[in-house]
Amino acid sequence: MTLPLIVYRSLRQHALSTAVTAGSIALAGGLLMSVWTVKTQSQAAFTSTGMVFDAVLGARGSKLQLVLNAIFHLESSPGNLAASDYEFIRRHPAVKTAIPIAVGDNVRGYRLVGTLPELFTAVELAPGKKFALQPGGRWFEGAERSAVAGSFAAAQLGLRAGDTFHPFHGLAYDERNQHADTYTVAGVLAPTNTPMDRVIWIPLRGLQTMGGHDPRAATEVSAVLVQLRSPAAGFMLDLLYNKQGNRLTFAYPVGTILAELFSKLAWFDRVLELVAYLVALVAAASVLASIYNSMSARQRDLAILRALGARRRMIFGAVVSEAAAIGVLGSVLGFVVYAGLLTVVAGVIRAQTGVVLEVWRWQPVLAACPAGMILLCALGGVVPALKAYRTPVAATLAPLS
Amino acid sequence: MLAITDLRKSFRSPEGETVEILHVAAWAVGAGEQVALRGESGSGKTTLLHLIAGILAADAGRVVIDGVEMTALGESRRDRLRAEKLGYIFQTFNLLQGYTVLENVVLGMSFGPRGADRAHAREVLARMGLGHRLDHFPGQLSTGQQQRVAVARALANRPKLVLADEPTGNLDRRHAREALALIREVCRENGAALLLVSHDEDVLGQFERRQSLAEINRAAPEGAR
Repeated sequence: MTLPLIVYRSLRQHALSTAVTAGSIALAGGLLMSVWTVKTQSQAAFTSTGMVFDAVLGARGSKLQLVLNAIFHLESSPGNLAASDYEFIRRHPAVKTAIPIAVGDNVRGYRLVGTLPELFTAVELAPGKKFALQPGGRWFEGAERSAVAGSFAAAQLGLRAGDTFHPFHGLAYDERNQHADTYTVAGVLAPTNTPMDRVIWIPLRGLQTMGGHDPRAATEVSAVLVQLRSPAAGFMLDLLYNKQGNRLTFAYPVGTILAELFSKLAWFDRVLELVAYLVALVAAASVLASIYNSMSARQRDLAILRALGARRRMIFGAVVSEAAAIGVLGSVLGFVVYAGLLTVVAGVIRAQTGVVLEVWRWQPVLAACPAGMILLCALGGVVPALKAYRTPVAATLAPLS
Repeated sequence: MLAITDLRKSFRSPEGETVEILHVAAWAVGAGEQVALRGESGSGKTTLLHLIAGILAADAGRVVIDGVEMTALGESRRDRLRAEKLGYIFQTFNLLQGYTVLENVVLGMSFGPRGADRAHAREVLARMGLGHRLDHFPGQLSTGQQQRVAVARALANRPKLVLADEPTGNLDRRHAREALALIREVCRENGAALLLVSHDEDVLGQFERRQSLAEINRAAPEGAR
């Protein structure tokens, strides 16, 4: 109990500097864990969401824009496809599933997307996991003016099965652009933790025939979500649409396109990581400085301990343990910072993209970061510990008579 | 219990000269014996105690405590010997200000053979009349009470030799007498030898064996002997 008592009393005696130093370690640790978690979980969530479909067919334009628009419901649509284009790919022998979507309207800021019921009945959210409705709901089979609301959008808009709403024209909400048509919510999707939660889904025909839309475009779609029978089929269709044709874009493979997006954003992650590492280093240096600066005040105590029989290596160990204890304290507080920071960031990401980040999902960084911080702090304690180790006992205890 | 042979210590003066301040040719304290050494300020009495306790290295000579030659040991073993066989009462008490009364005594014990025996520490403190002050910090105690904590800390491990450096120097006469009586009594009970240094004739007068440090210190100026 000797070592813990010495460490505890020393921390208590220097409570203010202990608190400040532990606070800076908490900030560093919390920031590092948050950056890491946001990076890994958002990449994983985006990639797994994208992996439901192998490819997206759309108007000629950027593949990334097409994927973001059709799967993540971000960005604007690059244009429309003719119904014949949809029919062609639907009937293509290499294609397993082809689901058309049509966009261009919103419900008070949440996108309205027209599609077929097969999106929910023929496609699995993840292998073995089907889409589900919240109790009391049903799919929009047949009825053109019915809707299935994504869980997040429904919660934000206060929509429940049986409620009605008017759509607004365009992807951005403008109350002056309200459509006269009235839609009835048939059901609310059970949370999928994907961007689909932020969408109000209506039948494809319901969107194509909405009052105010150009009747000439009543058969067109915005994009087609495609599942292929084999990877070879993807390269074949890529050749067909992207190399030989110049009218449409076949975004394939979706995973690679998303990976390119993340590689473009990687610099931002690296900057954040670098900042977090710098904060961690500064925190460790502050442990060193704070203990080192207090050494002259503690030298008498250390000399007394030596005079009582404490060995040098124990004094060394006590100072290093104290630094490590500050690291432990800071790391514990770091989880509070992490939880607070990630809760806010996760809320923003969910509101903007529908992707859900789980604060307490296990990942190695939650152990590695605190362990690294404690080690760094212990290392920061070595220099003052050496000073303590060399404390001249007799000279420190009393002036010689 | 304590045998000193040809013990020497020099210091470098501000002018850069080496000045020998202590040279004890041969001197001893028997087991359970209580000895008082008289020494004026600057006579080298604290230096002698530091050399005996092994917290200051001698230039030459031998210090043997309970059959173990302290001066031949490495630092780590000197620390262990000090924790096992010595009790040191400092003039300025040297209590750890951030620790409670009980913790001061327990910590002193924890380096010795008994380990951190809190029950024994409580007993010793109760004996010193501090049973109701266990959780107080030194700064919350009177000078006399602090002195008693220092005595309790030095004696709690039942050392073979107790070194007391002006232990009553900061106390008034009444408290000084009480403290001294307590130290001597506990040393007698434990069978510990006591080496006390002081310049207070009232204190020195209570010891059967009392000597002037100048008598045994060959480095002392001629006039001081």
